[in-house]
Amino acid sequence: MSGKFDAKAHVAHMEVVMGLTLEEDWRPVVEAHIAATQKAAELVLSFPIEEDIEAAPVFEA
Amino acid sequence: MSVGTPSPALTVSEIASSVGTGTLRAKEVVEASLARIEALNPAVNAFTDVTAQRATAEAEEVDAAVAKGEELPLAGVPFAVKNLFDIEGVVTRAGSKINRENAPAAVDATLVRKLRSAGAVLMGGLNMGEYAYDFTGENFHDGNCVNPHDLGRMSGGSSSGSGAAVAAGMVPLTLGSDTNGSIRVPSSFCGLFGLKPTYGRLSRYGTYPFVGSLDHLGPMARSAMDLALVFDALQGPDPFDPAQAERDSLVTLPELEKGTDGLRIAVAGGYFRQKTEPEAFAAVDKVAQALGATTEIDIPEAARARASAYVITVAEGASLHLDRITKRPWNYDPDTRDRFLSGTMVPAVWVQQAQRFRSWFREKIRRVFQDVDVILTPATPFSALPSGTKTITLDGETMPARPNIGLFTQPISFIGLPVVAVPVWLEGASLPIGVQVIAPAWREDLALRVATQLERAGVCSAPVAALDAPIT
Repeated sequence: MSGKFDAKAHVAHMEVVMGLTLEEDWRPVVEAHIAATQKAAELVLSFPIEEDIEAAPVFEA
Repeated sequence: MSVGTPSPALTVSEIASSVGTGTLRAKEVVEASLARIEALNPAVNAFTDVTAQRATAEAEEVDAAVAKGEELPLAGVPFAVKNLFDIEGVVTRAGSKINRENAPAAVDATLVRKLRSAGAVLMGGLNMGEYAYDFTGENFHDGNCVNPHDLGRMSGGSSSGSGAAVAAGMVPLTLGSDTNGSIRVPSSFCGLFGLKPTYGRLSRYGTYPFVGSLDHLGPMARSAMDLALVFDALQGPDPFDPAQAERDSLVTLPELEKGTDGLRIAVAGGYFRQKTEPEAFAAVDKVAQALGATTEIDIPEAARARASAYVITVAEGASLHLDRITKRPWNYDPDTRDRFLSGTMVPAVWVQQAQRFRSWFREKIRRVFQDVDVILTPATPFSALPSGTKTITLDGETMPARPNIGLFTQPISFIGLPVVAVPVWLEGASLPIGVQVIAPAWREDLALRVATQLERAGVCSAPVAALDAPIT
């Protein structure tokens, strides 16, 4: 991922896409959560994973 | 308070042996358990549903079966289950308000039926974090479940009642679920032995899910031998769990006598030696020293593993709740509501990449296990936090408490490895803390052997909390 993640804009957009109801006092908390998830995803996406590595449809350890 | 005999300190195997040989009746055991639940639950809030009538009837059945010469491996053992397990005739609330609108469960969950057929007696359903999205033991709807060793502290979650009920001596055995640490965290905070088996080992049929691709079920008890005894009874194929693997059952109880001779045991460094309070290091070091484990190994990319589990959890959990979180977010616990809402907004490629990384990480760890048999890490970065703690500071970094209690459990369950959380009481400590004993996939026997050895050496123990005085 590149560029700065704008949690406020992302939540405002996805709220409409998903038809969600967000009360105003929930909004900062939801924004903080998606920002934390984005931070985690950035770590995952920045890993140079080989193309032949697939997800397991039913995971077996 | 007045608690009848037998002692709440009896373990699963002690009760099963006494009832099985007729020196104790199941009915007496169950009556003592019911009395203790009634006396202590107002302070601890571990039970949400007590199935007293059923328990009494089941105890009578067990006594009759024993009198007829039937051999039951868990004869007369009282147990209780996290309230996401179906209990016939009881509404499966899964820690929520919303699910209370559902009809009562028509039949018991598979694992409840397995324990029942082994002679154990169900006492009821246990408090939990809403929809299992929790590490604290706090619940908006049912009230917080607190730590029996210090009523001002968290029990840990999300199998909060499962931890607190055993630590309080209400029952010697509970079942919980563990998606990212929800058996191991309350085992650490409440000072118990907890087993999270390999992903796909035990049937999850008849339990309310959280994140299907990461959900596990397992037992919590006060001795390692109890975990083995119960684990052996819980196994077996069930066509109704789509994620259960086609594997032969593993009989672990006879393996315990092998001890730890010949096992290559290592301590995880790197990620698992950072962001940790001193008591977590000290507990791992104490266990390692007792086992003669001097090798330190690296679990590569553990931070990415944890990050991947985090992304999968929020998105897959939100997917399960999409209809409800869209239509009636007001009915959720505010702490879970805002996480599920955010989970509906996660781009698909983030989740898919995390699932692919899961395959990569599994392969790497398989290679690590070519050189070692067992790995030790902290279970939690600290002992039980004071109730209501919102933020924690580790290595100078302040972060939200709720998601970060599972820092060390999350990368391990991410690839489904079996773990026994073992309880350590450091010298002079007033609270326990857990260590993860991690084995390769499908080798629960190795982790149980190590846990048993630690218990026999007196390094790990799970005493019943001294609750009687303040409750009287």
